[in-house]
Amino acid sequence: MTQATTRLSSRFGDFGGMFIPEVLVAAHNELEEAYHAALADPEFGEELATLQRHYVGRPTPLYFAERLTAEAGGARIWLKREDLAHTGAHKINNALGQALLARRLGKPRIIAETGAGQHGVATATVCAMLGLECVVYMGTEDMRRQSLNVFRMKMLGATVAPVDSGSKTLKDAINEAMRDWVTNVSTTHYLIGSVIGGHPFPTIVRDLQSVIGKEARAQMLEQAGKLPDLAVACVGGGSNAIGLFHPFIEDASVSLLGVEAGGHGLGSGAHSATLVAGRPGVLHGAHTYLLQDDAGQILETHSISAGLDYPGVGPEHSWLKASERARYTAVDDRQALDGFKALSRTEGIIPALEPSHAIYQALEEARRMRPDEDVLIGLSGRGDKDMHTVADALGVTL
Amino acid sequence: MSQRLKDTFARGKAEDRTLFMPYITGGYPESFETVPLLLALEAGGADIIELGVPFTDPVADGATIQHANEVAVANGTTFQDCLEFVREARSRGLAAPVLLMGYYNPVLSYGVERAVADAATAGADGFIMVDMPPEEAGDFVALCGRHDLSFVPLIAPTTGDSRMPLATSTADAFLYCVSVTGTTGQRDSLPPELGAFIERVRASSPLPIAIGFGISRREHVEAVGKLADAAIVGSAIIAAIDAAEPERRAERVREYVEGVTGHN
Repeated sequence: MTQATTRLSSRFGDFGGMFIPEVLVAAHNELEEAYHAALADPEFGEELATLQRHYVGRPTPLYFAERLTAEAGGARIWLKREDLAHTGAHKINNALGQALLARRLGKPRIIAETGAGQHGVATATVCAMLGLECVVYMGTEDMRRQSLNVFRMKMLGATVAPVDSGSKTLKDAINEAMRDWVTNVSTTHYLIGSVIGGHPFPTIVRDLQSVIGKEARAQMLEQAGKLPDLAVACVGGGSNAIGLFHPFIEDASVSLLGVEAGGHGLGSGAHSATLVAGRPGVLHGAHTYLLQDDAGQILETHSISAGLDYPGVGPEHSWLKASERARYTAVDDRQALDGFKALSRTEGIIPALEPSHAIYQALEEARRMRPDEDVLIGLSGRGDKDMHTVADALGVTL
Repeated sequence: MSQRLKDTFARGKAEDRTLFMPYITGGYPESFETVPLLLALEAGGADIIELGVPFTDPVADGATIQHANEVAVANGTTFQDCLEFVREARSRGLAAPVLLMGYYNPVLSYGVERAVADAATAGADGFIMVDMPPEEAGDFVALCGRHDLSFVPLIAPTTGDSRMPLATSTADAFLYCVSVTGTTGQRDSLPPELGAFIERVRASSPLPIAIGFGISRREHVEAVGKLADAAIVGSAIIAAIDAAEPERRAERVREYVEGVTGHN
């Protein structure tokens, strides 16, 4: 299990790789071996499929948003309803799969980082279900913004470890989780929450999230009778977007559009639009686009949505950008709130602030498209967790 | 390979002495302090010096060196500044080999080829890249070789026997063995498994060995000397800087190094 073999490609074009301290290499290699063994083991696939169905509630619906379509007045708009998955976001797809892998590795302790708290909640949830110890690192700024999720994690039996360094957000939570892992690697699995990190994490997390796009592709064919012309998803680390996009990569007729957080605007410097405004570098184990200064120091980011507030991005997205298979754009805080309101009022679905970015941009795109064209939005999570943030932004005191 | 490093290890062996290799973070606590601190380290008895290139996200470092990195980054210290520190220290007589230690991104951002060439010109002796395992180090190691610099890999207790030949393959001067599975920082005692770990490394490579992480006291250095060729101290040096009166930092650091090396 400690062989240094690389059976999966560790690269996406020039991006990806395994830029990690030597102390963690064995654990990465061991994870890759375990993942291969799991893929070859029908029992693993069956257990994952059973839990996806009966615990997570998969397949999640594909919903034709008729009134949102009418509001845009262009292409038909479809929502892939990851907000209806257990715990209210797509994060559970990855958490469940990795927790099953950790159990195969014989590691009784799980650590995770979280930004919006959705990955922390998903991880705490599957750890409760599988009887694993769970510690979630979370920036104190995010704990303030997402106090409801902090409480949810505690109710689920997890320990929430506050991180007060740097910008006190997702990046710093990842740093602290990595320090924990460096120290406790023999007993602990780091259940990383997005398609980031050193190889094999971006590949494993992408595979686990690809259930979104696989289902959506089949559902589009069944319900719309055709593939979408455009698939749109928000991108922070990029796991829901890669999960939606990946099964469509070979479908040349399907355009892929990732929407990053424009924060206060790209000119303000206070944003998280890594692919739109960054340049390649190495952070958290991968060669990928980063928001960094001229000297290679990582910049602080801002977004109204804690889940997008990250200065890096999954390396496969960097490759999709470089190869021009996908395009990426940014939507600012105010526009995201417009997307949030539009979906809430036309469809009775309150989205999380993260996919609200995708909704805004999808409306813009749909408006310019023909009525016989189809836009598929990855609705990655529900908005209950964001009500305080939205109320604040709208000047309402709850 | 760096000739200075090769000569230093040869001298240590000839004198039957454990070499002492302290670490400071470039630009900490202030830019103007780094060159005097480098000179003070040598005056106190340092044989090799690790100069940390600060980075915003030092994931393998404990609280003390994290803080030093944060302050140095806030001071605006860049990779280029670290080269300037080396150049100036050399012009003021620093003779010890200097290794640039840190994370890959500041070097990558500077331009890898230019970084290695300029490091050689400035008088540095090589690189310790925390987040560059051998899987990713091929081009960088070759570049170091072309400029007569050394690439010093980190070897960890989790580096298994089957991986050891690969893990040690990027070294030409010596190996940096991490004493513990953990981050940098002071600890009360050395781990009991250290001897067995070093034996496993020796079975794979004939190169000299330096041991770092968790070493801060004279007794640790003596214990390391029984197992290895050099002892590395980082966080305790930063702590000595922090404990000193601002105008006497270099002096206090020299005293600390004298004490921990027994070099009076």
